[in-house]
Amino acid sequence: MHLTDGDRAMLDGAKGAAPQLAMQILVRMAEVYGADELMDITQAHIDSTIYLGDATLEFAERLAALGAKVAVPTSLNVSGVDECGWKDWAVPADWAAKAARQMLAYERMGAVPTWTCAPYQTKMRPSFGQQIAWGESNAIAFANSVIGARTERYPDLLDICCAIAGRVPAVGLHLTENRAGQLLLRLAGIPRALQQDDQFFAVLGHLVGKLAGDLIPVIEGVDVVPTEDHLKAFSAAVASSGRVALFHIVGVTPEAGTLDAAFQGRAPRQTQEITIADLRAARRELTTADGQPLDMVILGSPHFSVAEFVQLAPLVAGKRRHAKVKFLITSGRFMKEMAEKAGVLGPIVDFGAQITLDTCILASPMLPPEIKTLMTNSPKYAYYAPSLLNTRVTFGSLADCVRSAVEGRVVRDDSLWETP
Amino acid sequence: MNEVDSVDFVIRGRPIVAGSAEGEALVTHEALSFWGGYDFHTGTIIDKHHPLAGVSAAGRILAVPCSKGSSTTTAVLLEAVRAGTAPAAILTTDADSFFALASIVAGVMYGKSFPVVALESRDFDALESGTRLRIEPTGIVRRV
Repeated sequence: MHLTDGDRAMLDGAKGAAPQLAMQILVRMAEVYGADELMDITQAHIDSTIYLGDATLEFAERLAALGAKVAVPTSLNVSGVDECGWKDWAVPADWAAKAARQMLAYERMGAVPTWTCAPYQTKMRPSFGQQIAWGESNAIAFANSVIGARTERYPDLLDICCAIAGRVPAVGLHLTENRAGQLLLRLAGIPRALQQDDQFFAVLGHLVGKLAGDLIPVIEGVDVVPTEDHLKAFSAAVASSGRVALFHIVGVTPEAGTLDAAFQGRAPRQTQEITIADLRAARRELTTADGQPLDMVILGSPHFSVAEFVQLAPLVAGKRRHAKVKFLITSGRFMKEMAEKAGVLGPIVDFGAQITLDTCILASPMLPPEIKTLMTNSPKYAYYAPSLLNTRVTFGSLADCVRSAVEGRVVRDDSLWETP
Repeated sequence: MNEVDSVDFVIRGRPIVAGSAEGEALVTHEALSFWGGYDFHTGTIIDKHHPLAGVSAAGRILAVPCSKGSSTTTAVLLEAVRAGTAPAAILTTDADSFFALASIVAGVMYGKSFPVVALESRDFDALESGTRLRIEPTGIVRRV
């Protein structure tokens, strides 16, 4: 592998112990990736912020103690604790203290404390064609596909090494030729009314993630204009049920103006149809609850955006959640601040909603054991909560979630999805 | 092509992270996310969508085609190494960068990397759960 003089200086320790450690890991990984050389990045997003236990903390504190500094503008993913609100929940004090130490370690490295899994909805949003090193599966899929920035699927522990070195292996999705579609998925007779439904892109993403395997999927036949938050839900779903880091939606995403453009003029390796029956089955998979009482509505994975706060406010205005159903929104500090400025938080708080910042129910042990059944409009929460939290979950639209919270039981309008 | 001998079961894989290990094979043909899929306190696979849900992979030779889902898979594996609940080795079909990174960082942090070996698909398909396997630094996988 060819290393530049700058790379070698880092590797030899001439630029300090932290860049040396980062470059050692990076060079070994470049060999795993089969890279011939490294290349520059101009931004990073760090998923290693998620506190899991002593190992993630020791890794962060070791880098910080070596004096590590990020070499490029760097945003931070969710942490393991809402520093201001954790005492309202079941978070053990020891966990909160260690998760806060891990946050501090990454802040000491000079990263911007965004603390969100939707960094593309903050001022750290990258631009089309920008070379970046991002962690967090939903953010990777969104940055590559919806924005057209270029990142490989960087795992925790490597993302921070890339940020410290400002270099990445020159492989994979950083290079134009590797961004062509490979699997053509055609929507077959999916009615426009269903495509316009709030749940459509989340369900489609869950299905595409399972179909895509290692291939870059291209979806043809979308004839609605999805909102950014629909594409966010799609990105989260496709990277939960599968390992998709880049997708193209013809006529929607920036590298897929036409079918031909999405495939860079090549022929699809495989073609498959997606029918309404496939979508119905995929939607049913996202629900594991079966008639149990509802304990909590949970929104915001990826983190709830300003647009989602704006969408929620009129749905809850003048209403109050049922006394037995908690209503929790997970978001980032910047999103909440912008929602405050937009003046939409009042009715949401009056409704009885709580807002947790900087983390989520999957990354922080915040839910008390009596919370056994959830309802959500997030395909990522629906996918992971049963395994990670041992809860049952019902997937539904945002409006369904609000109605259910008011009535104190799961109420879903399934007319678009389940009619024959 | 690689030789798979049914009597003296020997597979020649590609060592992504070289090392030695021995243990009972645990084989799945479905990708696995360790975050939300692996309890590092116990070494149990907990992804309820996964066919190995409820099974412990601690100390075993885990054969899984590749990782999927969350990029936190690497951190969960690092925690598992520190807690002594990681698989003894991982066999894949792709040169899976997530598993490789976890092993490399486990080596840097704790001096405890584990072998990660990529196999040809048809060699991978010949693996069976319950067989006792030995992994050699050259990437050779033997039944013992």
